[in-house]
Amino acid sequence: MRPTVRFLSDQLIEQIIAEARQLLCKLGVEIHNDTVLALLGDHSARIDNSAQRAYFTPDIIDRSLQAAPDSFRLYNSLGNEAVDLSDMNVNFTPGSSAINILDHESQHSRRPTSKDYVKYTKLMASLEHIASQSTAMVPGDVHEMISDSYRLYLSLMFCEKPVVTGAFTIEAFEIMKELQLAVRGSEKELAERPLTMFSCCPTAPLKWSNVTSQNLIDCARYSIPVEYISMPLSGFMAPITLVGSLVQHTAETLSGLAISQLTNPGTPVLYGGSPAVFDVRYETTPMGDIGTMMMDCAYSEIGKHLGLPTQAYIGLSDAKLLDAQAGFETSMGATLAALSGINNVSGPGMLDFESCFSLEKLVLDNEICGMVKRMVGGIEPKEDFPSLPRFEELLREGHLLISEHTMKYLKEEVYLPGPTIDRANRSRWQEEGSRTLGERAAEQVETMVAQHQPVGLSDTVLSDLTSLMEAEARRHGMSRLPEIR
Amino acid sequence: MDTLQRLSENMQKGNADQVARLTQQAIDEGCEPKTILDDALVGGMAVVGEKFKKHEIFLPHVLLAAKAMHAGMDLLKPLLVKDGIPTIGKVVTGTVQGDLHDIGKNLVGIMLKGAGFDVIDLGRDVSPEKFLDAAVSEKANVIGMSALLTTTMPVMKKVIALAHERNVRNQLKFIVGGAPMSKEYAQEIGADAYCYDAVSAVESVKRFMGAH
Repeated sequence: MRPTVRFLSDQLIEQIIAEARQLLCKLGVEIHNDTVLALLGDHSARIDNSAQRAYFTPDIIDRSLQAAPDSFRLYNSLGNEAVDLSDMNVNFTPGSSAINILDHESQHSRRPTSKDYVKYTKLMASLEHIASQSTAMVPGDVHEMISDSYRLYLSLMFCEKPVVTGAFTIEAFEIMKELQLAVRGSEKELAERPLTMFSCCPTAPLKWSNVTSQNLIDCARYSIPVEYISMPLSGFMAPITLVGSLVQHTAETLSGLAISQLTNPGTPVLYGGSPAVFDVRYETTPMGDIGTMMMDCAYSEIGKHLGLPTQAYIGLSDAKLLDAQAGFETSMGATLAALSGINNVSGPGMLDFESCFSLEKLVLDNEICGMVKRMVGGIEPKEDFPSLPRFEELLREGHLLISEHTMKYLKEEVYLPGPTIDRANRSRWQEEGSRTLGERAAEQVETMVAQHQPVGLSDTVLSDLTSLMEAEARRHGMSRLPEIR
Repeated sequence: MDTLQRLSENMQKGNADQVARLTQQAIDEGCEPKTILDDALVGGMAVVGEKFKKHEIFLPHVLLAAKAMHAGMDLLKPLLVKDGIPTIGKVVTGTVQGDLHDIGKNLVGIMLKGAGFDVIDLGRDVSPEKFLDAAVSEKANVIGMSALLTTTMPVMKKVIALAHERNVRNQLKFIVGGAPMSKEYAQEIGADAYCYDAVSAVESVKRFMGAH
């Protein structure tokens, strides 16, 4: 049996959805994009152009829900299936768009450079339990107008895993699409084998900016998957109650779904989000708050009820260093996410309210993800019945270390984490230098990066990617890209 | 208990109706408007700020107190103007061009007003020209800029550059805030203070005005 957790009854889910639908139809959504307003107007939504507000109809919502696929897959840069976003499958991806990196040497947070990013993406290539890469950091050494596309470029150059990403401007979508076409060869191939997924965020409460709503349309036109990242802040920009915040999250997410599906019915989407309980003491948005995690799991239940695959920013921490808080908040989140069957879990590597990335934490989190994935494998009999012969063998041999049954099921039944998670006895741990978790993780980062192998893309594709990126950089006044070797 | 003390206590508890009533009562009793402002209202907000820092009260309570203070200020303001007492400071606030995220900025505005400052809120998506035009025409002391996006943060630098260009940089202090901001970034773009929350924004402005 696959273990699961539920926070909402079916009845409560249906009530939340009904209330959200009413918000969309009665209060409407503020959308700062004339194309999107016109699109909704064409489908009989009432539009108040002066207030930039669209009032949805039940028909628009129903049709969007019917059109959206219940699952889809992401493919790596070589075209092989890498991420299965269906049913209760759980896939991990690093947290995204940190503006800082935790420097292991100084233990200070600083702006990431292109070299940091390359190190990250090389590391990502080796992390077994993290299925896709994300554009995890914003390099500070390139022009801000290419800081989104440049991340995608570096990711494609050094790691084959699909990329969870996003555009910071409307204009950036074009180059980000071109980079993908350079890898896939054609629009048809890109649509059939999605390489990236774009995060698109409404603004709380019930608003879409010009950029993010245009990103939805642009992605839909090329069947590039998107994940909606609605961010109600309980008690501040959303009701204090988790149910009230879930109503808002549902409404904002359904409004995004409608924009995507009306643009291109059947375009792949994830029912995602990044809600948070607002901390009234520090004016912060803790991702490690237990209420935040409960909301993530609950809206995933709502998404699944609506027949959609899901995503959440969960399994990350608000700690500033790789400390006990970082470990426990990440583990709690990752465990709950997996039990909820959230299909794309965005979190590993992230600290400090989604603002600071740590390569050492990423390595630790990879092991946490391994443990969690083992957990959702559940407890199943594996030639365990009848049990009598096994116990006869145990009594006869005195142990089962080399039993055929042990050899057959050892790898499948037992997940062995490490080397970041410590399982040595004290004497051996001392003999190996009494190293802290941070020291073990840092060493593992260096080891994995040193083992990096070039990606399998042809030299022509790699050279095309570089030409595209260089042209984009020149367009923004950068004569050349930063040194990354 | 005298009127000013009751006024201060009611303001700290966020009882806006009582604050309006007691402010009027203090005026009727012949209290100087400046004394009511300093002793009861500004003094009361200082207590609220201290309690917030110690986690004895939380942000919602601070906001309620600030809003209650507005109720008193509405009555005092015309009298202060009549007495020729200058405002303690004027702040122009706005979310920078390209950015729709105004919650942090709104919070700062409420708290600044609560601390007795005049606030000219330019809203969101505010261009550098609009910031400077307003600051000059309103004779503001401080410009407060907010951004939530890494792509809109650079607008802040443009606003400060424009102040230099127009030769008004020395007359103005710049405070900046928002999720992607940092002290280092604020220094890099030449801002006078990075404010990590609304209360720290008020403290910065108070510091600037004290120095004036």
